[in-house]
Amino acid sequence: MATDNRPFDNRAWFFVLPVFLLVALSAIIPLMTVVNYSVQDTFGNNEFFWVGTEWYQDVLNSSRFRDALVRNLIFSGIILLIEIPLGICIALCMPRKGIWVPVCLILMALPLLIPWNVVGTIWQVFGRADIGLLGYTLAAMGVDYNYATNAFDAWVTIIVMDVWHWTSLVVLLCYSGLVAIPEAYYQAARIDGASKWKVFRYIQLPKMQRVLLIAVLLRFMDSFMIYTEPFVLTGGGPGNSTTFLSIDLVKTAIGQFDVGPAAAMSIIYFLIILLLSWVFYTVMTNFGVDSDDRGRAEG
Amino acid sequence: MARITLDRLAHSYLANPAGDEDFALKQIDYDWQDGGAYALLGPSGCGKTTLLNIISGLLIPSAGHIRFDDTDVTTLSPEARNIAQVFQFPVIYDTMSVAENLAFPLRNRGIDKPEIERRVTDMLATLDLSDKANRKARGLTADEKQKISLGRGLVRYDVNAILFDEPLTVIDPHMKWQLRTKLKELHEQFEHTMIYVTHDQTEALTFADKVVVMYDGEVVQIGTPEELFDEPAHTFVGYFIGSPGMNILPAEVSGSTVSVGGGQFGLSRRYEPLSGNIEAGIRPEFVGVASARAPDDGRTRLPLTVNRVENIGRHQIVRGTVAGHDIDAVVPEGAEIPGEAVAVFDPSRINVYRDSHLVRGS
Repeated sequence: MATDNRPFDNRAWFFVLPVFLLVALSAIIPLMTVVNYSVQDTFGNNEFFWVGTEWYQDVLNSSRFRDALVRNLIFSGIILLIEIPLGICIALCMPRKGIWVPVCLILMALPLLIPWNVVGTIWQVFGRADIGLLGYTLAAMGVDYNYATNAFDAWVTIIVMDVWHWTSLVVLLCYSGLVAIPEAYYQAARIDGASKWKVFRYIQLPKMQRVLLIAVLLRFMDSFMIYTEPFVLTGGGPGNSTTFLSIDLVKTAIGQFDVGPAAAMSIIYFLIILLLSWVFYTVMTNFGVDSDDRGRAEG
Repeated sequence: MARITLDRLAHSYLANPAGDEDFALKQIDYDWQDGGAYALLGPSGCGKTTLLNIISGLLIPSAGHIRFDDTDVTTLSPEARNIAQVFQFPVIYDTMSVAENLAFPLRNRGIDKPEIERRVTDMLATLDLSDKANRKARGLTADEKQKISLGRGLVRYDVNAILFDEPLTVIDPHMKWQLRTKLKELHEQFEHTMIYVTHDQTEALTFADKVVVMYDGEVVQIGTPEELFDEPAHTFVGYFIGSPGMNILPAEVSGSTVSVGGGQFGLSRRYEPLSGNIEAGIRPEFVGVASARAPDDGRTRLPLTVNRVENIGRHQIVRGTVAGHDIDAVVPEGAEIPGEAVAVFDPSRINVYRDSHLVRGS
């Protein structure tokens, strides 16, 4: 713009102040407390000593942390690989109009309303070989299933639990993306003689790109931070097989009162999530876009 | 390419239509000539998109038949009818390049690679998109996208017809003109039957050889732009086409004389005695404005109250009343509007309407 005639008034900054205060209280100050702990050591009495990056080095060099990190990565990978395609499939099969739409939507929303620890408890009971319907049935069929002693069984249970709990979220997001596609696209595809697969590949999938990005980010972050379900079901066992970063973190901070290492761990944990989310975001928003169109608003 | 015949075609969106008013499209019989350029013109909700969707096969009519040449296609799907359609909003495949978009309908029909390549290259040149062939289609402007939608129809050389559903709605005004010219060019080059739906009379009149005017689910007139201008078959056509629309005034006709607005005019045709609601229609272009003080030249003069004069560049529109009825006149730029004015009609341009329908005298 050649001339800018807009009025300037620095008092406008006062309007930003409430938000700044809120964010400071809810995020910045707690985070800074953690940063503060992560670079100091204490022997009680509220006395602290500066230790620099020592805790960070300890955490990064510990096999306990690395093992938990690998478990987290594998878990999130499996969750995304199952929930995203499954969510898309279910969304594609859902009706677009008629009385079944609200029925399907309510059914889909139900699992999302159940609190994490309740889901954990439900499956904990459900899977028990002595009194649980699932565990008992499997045992009766001769399947040797026990999530408390077998690492593989524990993993399968947690994964099934998460898929049951959260696939709906992906479904609902994809469904909202699908119903937003104008009818003309399907009509044009019919006239162009496109097969069902091509309609999916060239119309539905590209049009769902944005909601899929949200779905992937939400499911990644949430599954990477998984805590309650394995805590309720197995408490991190058998052995350390379901000890994810979050469980390890809580053990370190509250079980052992190692506040310094726990703080360093939190920061590293946080940075990993941030980094991976950024990678997902960048890759997915630039997929199928020309380099010179990047960042441009599109219709 | 094909002649398209509509045989007693009608459509209702209700399952059991009771009366005429339940039909979105009332009965229509018409032949669309092979290679013709037609426009379907009418206000929103008049049934023109319904008719278009029936021709393309997106909608199955509740009554009647539609034939391409001599084949009955009434129940055939759009892909089986071999037609192309351009929609109101550009439909492009975002993740494909411009060239891939154009190749898409050909690939789906299993045409061999060298042939696809040849046709796509030709079409890119025709649409002036050669330099963007390998760009992803999503980054293009609305008019470029709309050209791609059109191109996907044109690459199929054998399409029976190309249908347009208000294709210029989202295009910038200066690009509209260019795209319209392009369309006209393409029509001359490929000689496809083209049917163009619009509510914009300029688009319809510049694009089409024949304009089909629709009103309330009914075809009220099919004619060349000249016919629509000179002899509107229905007062709606007179009012809808032209800017401003035709003046319609209550009238009495006896023999070859019409009494309108307190004056009498001799007509070039004779009329049998007419009953019903009789009106006279005259286009503002054939209404003159003169001074009441000017010497009498023998023409019938009607006292005119001028309410407003709008200068729109090359001419002025005079809005006034004659004997209590609103009347518009188009006068040349710079012409003086006298304080005490009279309206002068060109009697050869007066049309007579009975119950809104044109009556042709002998």
